[in-house]
Amino acid sequence: MTATYDEALSMFEPVFGLETHVELGTNSKMFCGCATAFGAAPNTQVCPVCLGLPGSLPVVNAVAIESAIRIGLALHCSIAPWGRFARKNYFYPDMPKDFQISQYDEPICVDGYLDVEVGDEVVRVGIERVHMEEDTGKSLHVVGSTGRIHGATHSLVDYNRAGIPLIEIVTKPVPGTGRLAPEVARAYVTELRETVRALGVSDVRMEEGSLRCDVNLSLNPVGSAEWGTRSETKNVNSLRSVERAVRSEIERQAGVLAAGGRVVQETRHFHEDTGLTTSGRSKEQAEDYRYFPEPDLVPIAPSSEWIESLRATLPELPFDRRRRLRDEWGISALDMQAALNAGAVDSIEATIAAGAPARDAYKWWMGELARQANERGVEVSTLPITPGDVARLSVLVADGKLTDKLARQVLDGVLAGEGTPDDVVAARGLEVVSDDAALGAAVDAAIAENPDIAQKVRDGKVAAAGALVGAVMKATGGKADAARVRELVLKTLAG
Amino acid sequence: MGDLTSRTAAELASLVASGEASAVEVTQAHLDRIGAVDGAVHAFLHVDTDGALAAARAVDAKRASGERLGPLAGVPLGLKDVLTQVGVPTTCGSRILEGWRPPYDSTVVRKLREADVVILGKTNMDEFAMGSSTENSAYGVTRNPWDLDRIPGGSSGGSSAAVAAFEAPLAIGTDTGGSIRQPAAVTGIVGVKPTYGGVSRYGLVAFSSSLDQAGPFARNVLDAALLHAAIAGHDPYDSTSIDAPVPDVVGAAREADIRGLRVGVVRELNGDGYDAGVRQRFSEAVALLTSLGAEVGEASCPHFDYAMPAYYLIAPSEASSNLARFDAMRYGLRVGDDGTRSAEEVMALTRAAGFGAEVKRRIMIGTYALSSGYYDAYYGSAQKVRTLISRDFAAAFEDFDVLISPTTPTTAFRIGERVDDPLKMYLTDLDTIPSNLAGNASMSLPIGLSPDDGLPVGLQVMAPALADDRLYRVGAAAEAALRERWGHLLIEEAPAL
Repeated sequence: MTATYDEALSMFEPVFGLETHVELGTNSKMFCGCATAFGAAPNTQVCPVCLGLPGSLPVVNAVAIESAIRIGLALHCSIAPWGRFARKNYFYPDMPKDFQISQYDEPICVDGYLDVEVGDEVVRVGIERVHMEEDTGKSLHVVGSTGRIHGATHSLVDYNRAGIPLIEIVTKPVPGTGRLAPEVARAYVTELRETVRALGVSDVRMEEGSLRCDVNLSLNPVGSAEWGTRSETKNVNSLRSVERAVRSEIERQAGVLAAGGRVVQETRHFHEDTGLTTSGRSKEQAEDYRYFPEPDLVPIAPSSEWIESLRATLPELPFDRRRRLRDEWGISALDMQAALNAGAVDSIEATIAAGAPARDAYKWWMGELARQANERGVEVSTLPITPGDVARLSVLVADGKLTDKLARQVLDGVLAGEGTPDDVVAARGLEVVSDDAALGAAVDAAIAENPDIAQKVRDGKVAAAGALVGAVMKATGGKADAARVRELVLKTLAG
Repeated sequence: MGDLTSRTAAELASLVASGEASAVEVTQAHLDRIGAVDGAVHAFLHVDTDGALAAARAVDAKRASGERLGPLAGVPLGLKDVLTQVGVPTTCGSRILEGWRPPYDSTVVRKLREADVVILGKTNMDEFAMGSSTENSAYGVTRNPWDLDRIPGGSSGGSSAAVAAFEAPLAIGTDTGGSIRQPAAVTGIVGVKPTYGGVSRYGLVAFSSSLDQAGPFARNVLDAALLHAAIAGHDPYDSTSIDAPVPDVVGAAREADIRGLRVGVVRELNGDGYDAGVRQRFSEAVALLTSLGAEVGEASCPHFDYAMPAYYLIAPSEASSNLARFDAMRYGLRVGDDGTRSAEEVMALTRAAGFGAEVKRRIMIGTYALSSGYYDAYYGSAQKVRTLISRDFAAAFEDFDVLISPTTPTTAFRIGERVDDPLKMYLTDLDTIPSNLAGNASMSLPIGLSPDDGLPVGLQVMAPALADDRLYRVGAAAEAALRERWGHLLIEEAPAL
């Protein structure tokens, strides 16, 4: 039933949209003063309000509103001058009030965009709306071992998360990306994450659930202007999964359509292990959420002065910053994207600021250090080495005090906790030997040990000198300045 | 001191403050009265004897040590069972909350404690404040002290009956469509719905969030003002609480001067469907106000005719959402949790068993009214009517300082008389609903007994939002004139229990 990706794209055009939930990093919850720390013991960060006890009332956290507006501004949205919260009504044990306070037809931010880069291309993703809501609690279904709801003997609910402020960012449908759709989707979530992180309003850790994604996708026959029926895939909780979910839905829907079937409008679940989606509840028998304006809260009416003062707090946005850095560093869009994906942009920038040439800074972080990080399975920026260390290393090489090979050994020392590059050079005695007297003896010895090769060089086969240089390098434990050794070899044999 | 229960709250506070009576004596006298008559009246769902006496002892200790006492120090009070009080059962008159003891105080209770009021216990009510007779309580009906075969009004019928039966000089009620004013009217006492947002709703278990408002019951206007002043004021825990100074209701009650006050008689709130006896007492009240120097004229509020249908869409809609949380998961009743059923099944079984018929009816109406495809026609239209009613009030208040009407079309009806006829029951609140929809302040004041049946008739006085003090000026002036005419308060004519 499932088509291959190439088959799918030969027949259909994908249109996708993303709904992203960002958990705000406010100190207190959306509607009460409870703490929001991740990982606290269950039900220790709760009060009558976030437990929805009878009689309790919500009060809006002003910092959350501020964060929502700043996100909206960073996404080039208009900020609504007046808006209300709404109740979304449905029964679920992890929802203390059996309704969620959200925003419905009066979102706080509307109609913006986010530019994302895929290769050399810039794709403008339209933003439909940005709205605020409260998170639910978390259910744990207990049955011996599986933790799944089916066959569970009982369930436990942790309400620590209930009431944590969430921002939902909804894109407009994104057509026309063709086979790049999965990459564009991933690039959008990456860019959004970077943008939110730059604003400092959330730590956007997907693994802790502070950024969660739903993927809407439909297919229409190539050349047709009419969009198809869409599915909504939930539970897409890593960047890689976003890409895989889009791809997997393209393949699945294409298979259904190609076989003469009909795509059902439904909620689907993405499975990290298989990379496939499975059917959830059908939207056609979906719940009616009976939205109505939340009567316990007064409307939000941000003044234009307040909005402008928040606009003034916006940092340089990651997209603009990358543009600027690319020019300053003289690298390609692809190289910049690699640095972004590796999480190395800040480190490279700091290394340049500490005195390294851009080319060297990039090379160190994206080369040797990226390899080391990869080996250890960590982000490169978390390695135990400072941008200052890397800059120093680069200066030592430029000054001829270290060879590349020696520099890598120094790096190992720094990573092993042996101190600064200078400490390691001193302790391990790694400085380049460029003292002609010391080198001269080694050169003479190499010539004496290799008379045949020496003769070839004397006869004009200059390329043969490499073997003699190698012998000197070996004899000096790699600490010799190879260029100088070569000069000395040629000079000695020419004499 | 056997007569302590017949004293006003103001007198009791002064007796306690001067040391002529201890708070414990005052409290014990009322507990004894409850013991003697509540078997017949059933105003209380829970009498907190130990808690009340402990609070009274604390007041006496405070006085003994020379600490400053609150304005209502040592005065006993009945609390409608819809407001939370730490550790004291709060049922809202429903099976579904049986056994729930809240872990937090409502703001009203906090303020009562700050005023050194002694809370005697929790009073009966229609389940989740839905009703006009207290017959919808899951814990039995409360009886009207004037005639035990009749209803004490609702939904705050336990509070009105407790005050009318001298079980407490003061009580707290809540008013969503008339649930303070109507019970006050049919039991011959004073009841006030403050301006919406004047008294915090934090800890008031919501029926209809945009309409609910807590307020005072008392046997006289000054006592009501003292209680009003004690519980009112801005509360950061309630976003809809008004951040403005509380009007000087106590000063207005003491002033009692309405010379030159412009009083509008609302044309739409009278006529067909009103008992002849009610209309007679009402027109006498109009004459009384004129004789006291008020400038009385006729006011027209044409959209009030639509208040009832709008109310019965808005209130059930909000209720259907507010009452969703009673799902057996966290507190209260749980039915069918035998290890074989899903959470959803347990929720459904619990709600089926835990809610009464009227609550279910309103949840269904509200659920329907909010449904996708019906929202605009029902909830949306009702909100527009609400706006029109507010405009009617605004226009009328340009010409008049206060508006008046009968509080109810009839006197107290018999228990069981309307229980099977919801529409007739709903009509009980015809006069009181507009002030809930518009959010303005409103009072009911006893103005005599109906010549038809000898039962109390109430005068409703309505004032603009944040002008609650005007209610007390009018109420106190009328009360003083009537007391002069009768030689006593109306409630003193109630038959002995």
